[in-house]
Amino acid sequence: MAILLAFAAGVVLASYAGFREFLPGLIEGAWVTVQITVLGAMLAVVAALIAALAKMYGPWPLRWLAIAYIEIFRGTSALVQLFWLFFVLPHFGIVLEPLTVAVLGLGLNVGAYGAEVVRGAIQAVPRGQWEASTALNMSRASALSRIILPQALVAMIPPWGNLFVELLKATALVSLITLGDLAFRAQQMNQTTLRTVDIFSIVLVIYLCLALVLSQSMRALERWAARGIARGRVA
Amino acid sequence: MTDNAPMVRFDGVRKTYGPLTVLDELCLDIARNEKVAMIGPSGSGKTTVLRMLMTLERIDGGVIYVEGEPLTHMERNGKLVPADQRHLRRVRAKIGMVFQQFNLFPHMSAMRNCMEAPIRVLGLSRKDAEARAAELLEMVGLGDKKDHYPSQLSGGQQQRVAIARALAMRPKVMLFDEVTSALDPELVGEVLNVIRKLGTEHNLTMLMVTHQMGFAKEFADRVCFFYKGRIAEEGPPQQIFVQPREERTRQFLCAVLEAG
Amino acid sequence: MGGAGNRARAGRLMLWDWNYTFEILPELARAALVTIEATLIGFVLAATLGLALAILRMAKNPAISIPATVFVEFIRSTPLLIQIFFLFFVFPHFGITLSGFTAGVLALGVHYGAYCSEVYRAGFENIPRSQWEAALALNLGIVDTFRSIIIPQAIPPVIPALGNYLIALFKETPLLSAIAVLELMQTAKILGSESFRYTEPITLVGLFFLVMSLVSAALVRLVETWLGRVGRRV
Repeated sequence: MAILLAFAAGVVLASYAGFREFLPGLIEGAWVTVQITVLGAMLAVVAALIAALAKMYGPWPLRWLAIAYIEIFRGTSALVQLFWLFFVLPHFGIVLEPLTVAVLGLGLNVGAYGAEVVRGAIQAVPRGQWEASTALNMSRASALSRIILPQALVAMIPPWGNLFVELLKATALVSLITLGDLAFRAQQMNQTTLRTVDIFSIVLVIYLCLALVLSQSMRALERWAARGIARGRVA
Repeated sequence: MTDNAPMVRFDGVRKTYGPLTVLDELCLDIARNEKVAMIGPSGSGKTTVLRMLMTLERIDGGVIYVEGEPLTHMERNGKLVPADQRHLRRVRAKIGMVFQQFNLFPHMSAMRNCMEAPIRVLGLSRKDAEARAAELLEMVGLGDKKDHYPSQLSGGQQQRVAIARALAMRPKVMLFDEVTSALDPELVGEVLNVIRKLGTEHNLTMLMVTHQMGFAKEFADRVCFFYKGRIAEEGPPQQIFVQPREERTRQFLCAVLEAG
Repeated sequence: MGGAGNRARAGRLMLWDWNYTFEILPELARAALVTIEATLIGFVLAATLGLALAILRMAKNPAISIPATVFVEFIRSTPLLIQIFFLFFVFPHFGITLSGFTAGVLALGVHYGAYCSEVYRAGFENIPRSQWEAALALNLGIVDTFRSIIIPQAIPPVIPALGNYLIALFKETPLLSAIAVLELMQTAKILGSESFRYTEPITLVGLFFLVMSLVSAALVRLVETWLGRVGRRV
């Protein structure tokens, strides 16, 4: 299915000769998009791990901090968060570069959703694993880091894959805080040349291709991580 | 503490789940190197006994002693108070358990399964842990499978790895919780053989919950028949299996024989 | 708005200007109505379109089911913002001028319609085959089967999931600010740019979304429980 789509995309691209003038600018924009996605993804994973562990095992001040973080970033949309960081922080003396705002805002946003994924994966590890660790007299921290988390990490990869695709799509929002990503370039070109259908068609196809590459990579990652572990996953 | 002191002692131990009393003032002494089989209908409390000894369940009343020391309590100023983590882990180190569902770590090979806890908990070096693991896997007959992952092993093989893993911690008491119940019939024998070997070649106190009556009769020093949270009858296998004194014991054994 | 701006400029150094806050509340309230309107219309569109798409995807004829699936996957894998731009800027080429509101709501409806179609599809797939077979044995046509047998059983369990997409749609309405629709975020930006104080407008908008989001999430959970109890009787 995916290959079919990618092929169709390639055909569309190739057959429209007029597209060539747009491509360089759009590719530059796409590169910015990819950078934000990768950096944002790294921040999201770190934030999600910290928040989930704090929420599940931390002392109560940390737990409440984690809960507040998760609720606030899930309860408001990415655009609101980006605008807040971009427009409001300067009032408190903190002026951030658009790129920093983008990575911070999107990373923390996806991280809040990711915390639930992490929590779910840890709780999905069979109880027997905890019991076996206790029977071997391992400390809770040891059991968590050596036995539970490695298994949870494998289970997490598919949902994280979905979250990363959401992150990729959300990067389009940074065009609204003047960052020169793919969406920004598209809008620019649209304003100047008014060739709306052409431009946005390619742009949509580029996003689609990026999303496909992302999800295929995550699937490959999952296959690598799960080597040896029986694929008898709980539904 | 003399050699006559019991290895494990349950002193008036109670366990409740809400309104349900699963263990009712249990008093049970287990001598050093004794092999005790616990039989009885499901829900009679026998698995709970094992799980409480392994500190997987909390005690609602009474005290459990291991080698004369309380397990989940400590002595402070002559009184018994709930144990702190350090005490708990120190006493718990004497006990090992093999589970019905094996509970092997799926992301580690058989070898690493057996090495992990000795390295992390006992502080063994990698080399020493590896040597110990290899020796134990050899003993349970899986020396050539030590780099295999659990998903590549049969149920019987996995359970034998689980036994080796528990032994790697050099416990003094080994608990077996229906360890053959999840196995296909033809794989049961290989696991029972390993347990038999353990009994004869090692100095281990062994407590097992089992439905394998034939094995219990031949292997155990003492059999306890559990009924509704109490030991309804206990004694040597000769007595329990051949000439049970209690009617309930007789009924249970008849039902089991019919089913088997 | 000029008056509010002057007042706010005087209080520029404060962390939070309460006077300014109360001055902009009426404006923000009006904008909130636009936001809610866009949400509701957009969701009705999404729920309906989603159902249609789900049924199309189940069609026996591949000439119908495959394009429907491709369409849904395409929409779900590409950014909503681009889709909004596309709809807003593409129609004038064909002589139709859509207002920002219309184009935005349309885009929201299509985008979330794709997500909803997945939800419906899962609901349909949960209906056991035996239901279809019983309908066939009674000689019920495909339309009647869907109408009386399948849809009444498939819809109630998926209502919570649809509810979650309603909330998600609501939270994405700020994207409409990109095409100058006077919903909450756009209004906040305008207020901010006039008074040079962005703190109050944007924070208030954020709080509004946060509170609405938490309340609706609780409501969805309530509906879930209520449905759980009702469903057992069915």
